[in-house]
Amino acid sequence: MKPPPFEHHAPRELGEALDVLARVGARGKVLAGGQSLIPMLNMRLAAPEHLVDINRVASLATVEAGPLGVTVGAMARHTQVERARAHPLLTRALRLVAHPVIRNRGTVVGSLAHADPAAELPAVLAVLGGSVRLARAVRATPGAGGGAVPAAGEGGVAVRDVGAAEFFVGPMESAVEPGELAVSAFFPALPERSGSAFCEVARRHGDYALAGVCAVATLDEDFHLAAARVACIGVGPVPLVVDVSELCGNRPSSGVAWAEVARAVQDRTEPEGDIHASAAYRLHLVGVLAERALKEAVADAMTGR
Amino acid sequence: MEREITLVVNGTVRRVRVPGRRLLSDCLRQDLGLTGTHVGCEHGVCGCCTVLLDGEPVRSCLTFAVSVDECEITTVEGLAREGAPSPDLRSEGAPSPGLRSAGSAATGATREGDGSQRPSRLHGVEAMSAAMSPVQRAFAECHGLQCGFCTPGFLCTVTALLRQNPAPTDEEVLEGISGNLCRCTGYQNIVKAVHRAAELLAEEAPAGQGERR
Repeated sequence: MKPPPFEHHAPRELGEALDVLARVGARGKVLAGGQSLIPMLNMRLAAPEHLVDINRVASLATVEAGPLGVTVGAMARHTQVERARAHPLLTRALRLVAHPVIRNRGTVVGSLAHADPAAELPAVLAVLGGSVRLARAVRATPGAGGGAVPAAGEGGVAVRDVGAAEFFVGPMESAVEPGELAVSAFFPALPERSGSAFCEVARRHGDYALAGVCAVATLDEDFHLAAARVACIGVGPVPLVVDVSELCGNRPSSGVAWAEVARAVQDRTEPEGDIHASAAYRLHLVGVLAERALKEAVADAMTGR
Repeated sequence: MEREITLVVNGTVRRVRVPGRRLLSDCLRQDLGLTGTHVGCEHGVCGCCTVLLDGEPVRSCLTFAVSVDECEITTVEGLAREGAPSPDLRSEGAPSPGLRSAGSAATGATREGDGSQRPSRLHGVEAMSAAMSPVQRAFAECHGLQCGFCTPGFLCTVTALLRQNPAPTDEEVLEGISGNLCRCTGYQNIVKAVHRAAELLAEEAPAGQGERR
């Protein structure tokens, strides 16, 4: 239960971190909070040659809330973001992430990049239609203009924003490529008259959920359901987003056929069975949780928070 | 591959050469000889290795020593001094014990310099009891431990919990200690101990003292 040897890099600036990542490529991993990576190293499930430890890059430990949404930097820890209360759904979901002590160290962007199919934060990004910003160092073309090969750091930085739908590629697999660093994540603000909820069932408090559903519901001026979306976890390789606006169909929530909505969500999922729960049980859970989360989201919208 | 790092452990500056892969838990136990921090599962589940990093509880088995270079660590060995009423400090008109325990380890540790104020050569149960922090005394009083393996982690977690929330409800206590496993007690006495510790801390705190945050 000890990590394999690796070379530890401790950059203090973002540019330095990107340069190291560009140099080590696929042989390197980024270490942020380490609450998923270090267990994997301890259990020898991963053995990167290089660890690029970004804990000292202070410029990445940011939470910026604006009218359009919240941008969370790569070194913003779960606790920091939870305390910032910058986004109601994000705050809710963070309380379900592991235990308080783990959240003191773990990072929001790290949870996204880890892309565990049962993790809460990917579902939040997915249901909100958020994105992750990826950066890499680009070196000036060697030999261009007859000059010598430029030293690392002389080139620029290439940035791309990847939407949640493309970011989560498969179980534990995200769109982050070797040499890239996920520098921030953007969680769009909820529209007016919207509410949110996150419901999950786990074997023990703080465990990864057997299944979970996060929901966002938006009401119109007559308090009819104008839009409703859920993202389900633990029932497929990536967070599954289902838009149920049409099924909820511009009615007050008391007029919605919730059982039908729940069935529609179930129909889209492909749960698998494992030692913790059978596929059938997960399918059952996701229906119950979808209904529960949607109703809670509507209630949350009604209270106008 | 090895790097020299500087840690302020329980108020004492320690310099140590470690390889990148050295876990903080192993650094504390093997390199610094502080075996009070226990190592159980080594993948972040059991909570036995919990220490305070700049005042916040973290898993030392899920933290590399090199990542916390220049940080302040409080282990179970440092709790007594941190939380115990220290007569000489009181007579100096320094911050009262309650205030000290409510303050962050981040500020408490450096102020105490080389740790020479530690009640070092105490003998006997009474002396030990006087040196213990309110949380430690509460665990002893309420039988919040049996074999004691998980206790260092609980003590660190609860110390931080009560700083943030000096009067937690049952539910908040359960949430707060949910990341620490105890295979002996059934948790009932641990929950009692947390409430008792909250009482002891309140008794020691001067009236009107506010919450840390």
